[in-house]
Amino acid sequence: MLRWVPALTLLLFLGPVAAGLVGTFLPAFGILPALGGTEPSLAPWRLLFTMPGLDTSIRLTLTTGFAAALVSLALVLAFLSACHGTRPVLVVRRLLAPLLAVPHVAVAIGFAFLASPSGWAARAVSPWLTGWERPPDLATAPDPYGIALVCGLVLKEVPFLLLMTLAALGQVPADRTLAVARSLGYGPATAWFKTVLPLVWPQIRLPVYAVLAYSLSVVDMALVLAPGTPPPLAPRVLRWFSDPDLSRQFVAAAGAGLQFLLVIGAIGVFHGAERLAAGLGRRWIAAGGRGHGERGGRIAATGAMGLVFGVGLLGMLGMAVWSVARRWRWPDLLPSVWSPGNWARQAEALAWPGWTTVSVALAAAAIAIALVLGCLENEQRTHVTPGSRALWLIYAPLLAPQIGFLFGVQVLLVVSGLDGRWAALVWGHLLFVLPYVFLALAGPWRRLDERYARTALCLGASPGRVFWRIKLPMLLRPVLFALAVGFAVSVGEYLPTVFAGGGRFATLTTEAVSLAAGGDRRVIGVYAFLQALLPWLGFTLAIAIPAWLYRQRRGMKDFSV
Amino acid sequence: MSGDGSLVLDGVTVALDGATLIAGLDLAVAPGEIVTVMGPSGSGKSTLLAWLCGAADPAFRIAGRAVLDGVDITRLPPEARRVGILFQDDLLFPHLSVGGNLGFGLPAGLGRAAREARIEAALEEAELPGFAGRDPATLSGGQRARIALMRTLLAAPKALLLDEPFSRLDAALRDRIRCFVFGHATERGLPVLLVTHDPDDARAAGGPVVEIG
Repeated sequence: MLRWVPALTLLLFLGPVAAGLVGTFLPAFGILPALGGTEPSLAPWRLLFTMPGLDTSIRLTLTTGFAAALVSLALVLAFLSACHGTRPVLVVRRLLAPLLAVPHVAVAIGFAFLASPSGWAARAVSPWLTGWERPPDLATAPDPYGIALVCGLVLKEVPFLLLMTLAALGQVPADRTLAVARSLGYGPATAWFKTVLPLVWPQIRLPVYAVLAYSLSVVDMALVLAPGTPPPLAPRVLRWFSDPDLSRQFVAAAGAGLQFLLVIGAIGVFHGAERLAAGLGRRWIAAGGRGHGERGGRIAATGAMGLVFGVGLLGMLGMAVWSVARRWRWPDLLPSVWSPGNWARQAEALAWPGWTTVSVALAAAAIAIALVLGCLENEQRTHVTPGSRALWLIYAPLLAPQIGFLFGVQVLLVVSGLDGRWAALVWGHLLFVLPYVFLALAGPWRRLDERYARTALCLGASPGRVFWRIKLPMLLRPVLFALAVGFAVSVGEYLPTVFAGGGRFATLTTEAVSLAAGGDRRVIGVYAFLQALLPWLGFTLAIAIPAWLYRQRRGMKDFSV
Repeated sequence: MSGDGSLVLDGVTVALDGATLIAGLDLAVAPGEIVTVMGPSGSGKSTLLAWLCGAADPAFRIAGRAVLDGVDITRLPPEARRVGILFQDDLLFPHLSVGGNLGFGLPAGLGRAAREARIEAALEEAELPGFAGRDPATLSGGQRARIALMRTLLAAPKALLLDEPFSRLDAALRDRIRCFVFGHATERGLPVLLVTHDPDDARAAGGPVVEIG
């Protein structure tokens, strides 16, 4: 049984990606029998390039995607190099979980609440400083250049990159390396870049590519924060896909294909730049400069990181306040009348999307954790550890743009008669939940001293008993954490719900996105805050349950995530 | 080769990446006897013990046979070999109480009362009566080492393997724990295979010494 789990896992999540790409590219070349496309042709591509403002869409996609990825990476590296082993890193580490838990859409909405013309930022300086007696007529979030989108993405990607880099730092002798370099006279940040980064980079390369791919193809955040006339490519493709005029499906497929090519090309360019940087870096290291003027850099990096976390947390707070605001006049900093009425009025409307969100997230996370545990346990029993190539497979659904293959997945679902069912929705979410659950659990699981299992076996326990009685309880903390990660990822998914749900299912995320376009901030606040609350609740439970269960087992403190 | 309770190694060869670490080791450990295998680190002595409990890293090429009490255990799964092992770390399961750790060693099928009685008896033997409910993390190094031995013995092994079990203990404690472990093992008439690089261990064991590497 166990032997088949890795194969089943790959089939479940790589199969759809591959099939989805085929199912997207065929219509892009005119093949979609259901809509009468039987002859291969280049017409969809020709039509795509006649779309007005396509060049603007592509330019927006590339500028916002690269800007968000590069700014996030630069911030994380600058901060960690300047502050390695100091208090700010500890503080950031502690604040990481709440920001990581918040879904992308909620972050986007939170940022919009802060930065829009009538948002908190403008209120804080009006009218005494700005003279604005009414919300100014400015386009700030969204803005025509996609700056708000870049900001939103940075708020979300910085915590992710921080998490991955901190995890990677734990696996290399960073402290000792740094101590040696500093004893040779190198400044702290210079020493970090010259000796620690080369150790860490191979481990954060894939997460960085994933961030780049995500930023280039984000849809949900773009719907909230990006300009709409025209929008970046990915949300524009989604618009074509949802066009009632079915012939648009061909253009949409070609657009999805273009999106896919853009991401592949961008990763290629990034990879080239990375090699160039590595060459220059080697020369920089060999030149032996010890670094100077680091103090100013340290202050700037710490300040910038503080700004990211501050804005992120303020955004959350803003949603919470709006959700209980009854009357909130410009330019008051806080509502003049508070009331839980927004929640009471939305209760009925919330019930069904809320239930869908929770049930799908629980199911997807549970299936993912079962598959991942099966893979990891199989790996330990057979002593076959997958190499670094296998990691590329796990990252595949994170690197391929969602819009590039979800349409194909939808075609598959329609053909198999599964579209619009709850199970299809769970499966669509599983594609993206699985990699994150694997990434969260594989490290801690593999790090468990294998002599515990060996000792238990030698005490006469069967491998099954060792799994259930020793490994699983000892690793309960990371297992529940991985479960919470899976739950949070599912709660935040937008496109998989749109494509696999066949329009029959709404989740808090899809509702929040559609409300964000127009609507009443009080209602948006309710949806966005609840959407952020669910993952946060999951993480709280994942931390609280083992802490309570093992409150009298001091030795368990060493087995954290 | 009859069921005389001895542990017999028959032509055991350990190789890694084509380099032979142990070549054709023949060894017989009688019940109640302690045989010491000495060698520097990397000589394959820990691998030898891992192979005896059925958990050798597949990167090693290992040939030969192991016979325990007349039964060829070479191809048996670890849990069916009845070989107890102690490492240099006590490896008490941190999520279980002291009593829970001891109970994990007990064979299934005993009644609840019988299990508790056996656990308490083992605690008495370890000179730690009434410790069943304690968190292992609150025990001293010497106490943990004694519990680890008791857990191993409760599983009723037919042989005991010691993988440098005393090297992490400080000097004063080391003698006492050594006496405790050796005493219990010989009392039960177990064949004991000790690997170490500490000559004091070999001297205290008092049995034959085999040098490898």
